[in-house]
Amino acid sequence: MSISQFNYSTIPSEAEALRADVRAFIEQTLQDYPAVKRAYSWMGFDAEFSRLLGQKGWLGMALPKRYGGAEASPFARYVIIEELLAAGAPVSAHWIADRQSAPLILRFGTEAQKEKYLPPICRGESYFCIGMSEPNSGSDLASIKSNAQRVDNGWLVNGQKVWTTNAQHSHYMIALLRTGNKEESGRHGGMSQFIIDLSLPGVTIRPIADLAGGEHFNEVFLDNVRLDADALVGEEGNGWGQVTAELAFERSGPERFLSSIALLHTAIKAIGPEPDALQAREIGRITARLLTLRNMSLAVTRQLSDGENPAWAASCVKDLGNVFEQDLPEIVQVLVEEQPQVGGGSDHAQVLAYLTQMAPSFSLRGGTREILRGIIARGLGLR
Amino acid sequence: MRELYESTIERLLGDIATPEYIRAAESGAWSADLWSALEDNGILLAGAPEAAGGAEASWSELFVIARAAGRFAAPVPLVEMLLGNWLLEKAGIGARSGVLTIATDSALQWNGDRISGELRQVPWGRHAELVVAVVGAGAESAVLLLEPAAAENIVQGTNIAGEPRDTLQFTAANVMASAPLPAGLSESVLLTGGAMLRSAQMAGALTALMELTSGYAADRKQFGRPIAAFQAIQQQLAVLAEQTAAANIAAEAAFVESNDHLAAFSIAAGKISTAEAASLGAGIGHSVHGAIGFTQEYTLHLLTRRLWAWRGEYGSSTFWSKLLGAHVCAAGAQNFWPAITHAQQQQLIVPTQGSPL
Repeated sequence: MSISQFNYSTIPSEAEALRADVRAFIEQTLQDYPAVKRAYSWMGFDAEFSRLLGQKGWLGMALPKRYGGAEASPFARYVIIEELLAAGAPVSAHWIADRQSAPLILRFGTEAQKEKYLPPICRGESYFCIGMSEPNSGSDLASIKSNAQRVDNGWLVNGQKVWTTNAQHSHYMIALLRTGNKEESGRHGGMSQFIIDLSLPGVTIRPIADLAGGEHFNEVFLDNVRLDADALVGEEGNGWGQVTAELAFERSGPERFLSSIALLHTAIKAIGPEPDALQAREIGRITARLLTLRNMSLAVTRQLSDGENPAWAASCVKDLGNVFEQDLPEIVQVLVEEQPQVGGGSDHAQVLAYLTQMAPSFSLRGGTREILRGIIARGLGLR
Repeated sequence: MRELYESTIERLLGDIATPEYIRAAESGAWSADLWSALEDNGILLAGAPEAAGGAEASWSELFVIARAAGRFAAPVPLVEMLLGNWLLEKAGIGARSGVLTIATDSALQWNGDRISGELRQVPWGRHAELVVAVVGAGAESAVLLLEPAAAENIVQGTNIAGEPRDTLQFTAANVMASAPLPAGLSESVLLTGGAMLRSAQMAGALTALMELTSGYAADRKQFGRPIAAFQAIQQQLAVLAEQTAAANIAAEAAFVESNDHLAAFSIAAGKISTAEAASLGAGIGHSVHGAIGFTQEYTLHLLTRRLWAWRGEYGSSTFWSKLLGAHVCAAGAQNFWPAITHAQQQQLIVPTQGSPL
């Protein structure tokens, strides 16, 4: 693990060529989409919009054509998602499926699983959530207790997941469950991943309101849920390794530093074309940080594209990116004399109110700041 | 070629630019043997055309030379020479050998023949045989090649790291060569190029700082175990690694995106990112090292004092941030994201540091 993983990489021209199309599509489709909804970023849910993207061929792009994909490079997907995120398009419905679940199923799934799950993901019709955290297992993920026991022709699942983003809108959950004894299989052994159909009997989903009143995450109760044998993804007992591999896809993308970009747009508008010295300096610093983060993120994409495992570098991008997107509301609130406002107020006031309140979550989801820095330190050989 | 340049210069600097050698340079000695070695190995003229004895290396290749210069704290005007010769070539004057430096901060009067006024903050001005500067504004501006030996007076100064930053004062002195500033280049071209080069040097120094600091944390024992075993230290070193990575890629982007015309927008971003990484990184390096890092004997300060000097040279983070921010605000919110995805094509206007005499 070293700094040499960060090599400047440009987007190949065939991927770059997609940008004009997606920009034009967004401009047309989201013409009247309000600023405060753009601030939802990848928490904005709109199934119709996801289906439109599916029709355009912009979902599951890296997947083989026989499953509905385009066999495009990770850079093609990068161009599409960074344009969608920069515009604040409502991408939450398909987000996890496109980013994480589809690559996971492609890599570890059986042929039957690929044929069943991947085409509807590419069409923007099938939504996934991730069942990892539990009430007593947050950062210490290996301590999960929810379990799957072998029964005739399948599995019996019991337990509880929590902080499950979008579970209430999703068709499936990819859950990490205990299938073996921790004492026998070691700290990171005895866990497996399952695709749980959330319409099955025994699944109860209860939204948890966040501090601003929104409902994005959920508690998911799994009470004697009966799964078919083919619900297991990958190898029994290999869940930890699969989850770790999955995280490289999850941690380096533009969604790890663009969550507050709607605020940057309203702030530049509010400041106007003639900033004072302080405003110019802060907007300039923000611009530089964003450019550098994007270059880091593209360097990780290059590694993904080359088939390498950039898990360490991805952790660097996520941590630095989360600090950036959390800094934005803090910087902007002292840069423009306009109070955050939830009801009424200007676009800027509403976006500032929303993102000020959402910012704490940016460094929680996908691994906390301290956990990420621990991973980085391990990569440096310090642990 | 990049790999070859990198391995050559790292070997050279590793052999010659030892801590003792750097300390001697900081005390005022001219690093003649290092300079000769760089010359003999084709580093000094790497960017010059083959006819002039060079290899026509692009900025993207020269990046690794500038970064290595920072990583090993090379006590010579190596990067200044690369930039000065690049401009001399562009202007048709042609690259020169010898010890060549640049001046970005000047107050000069030139009547087309004799030069009067002063060049300030000239790196290794007292040791240089040639200095490149830009005089005048707009269509009148010209590239000048001057001889420090022709200066009436040299006021010696040094930056925090003991690197010479001299003021050269001229009165009706001869100009070695002059040419109109080539079309498409700004009067501030040396300032912009200097910022790019300092970014690479800071990236190199941060890389060395990170290696030194994590090595120290793994060796140093307290409470019965290496201090690297403590989460408080690990978390700091993780931030240092992130900042070092950010500095490296920000500097590299500035070089790769620069070709005929320096990519000022990306260079501004590179200088801001590396300057801020320098401040944070130097702080963490000292924090992890404790008292030993504060001594003259230990080598940490050879890196941190340079980071503290270089972050401000050729425009501080504030200088470049204000330019970048004013540009972004003037372009409006709707043009912000396109500027991020097409930074290379942005036209950032950079003012000069100098003042008319």
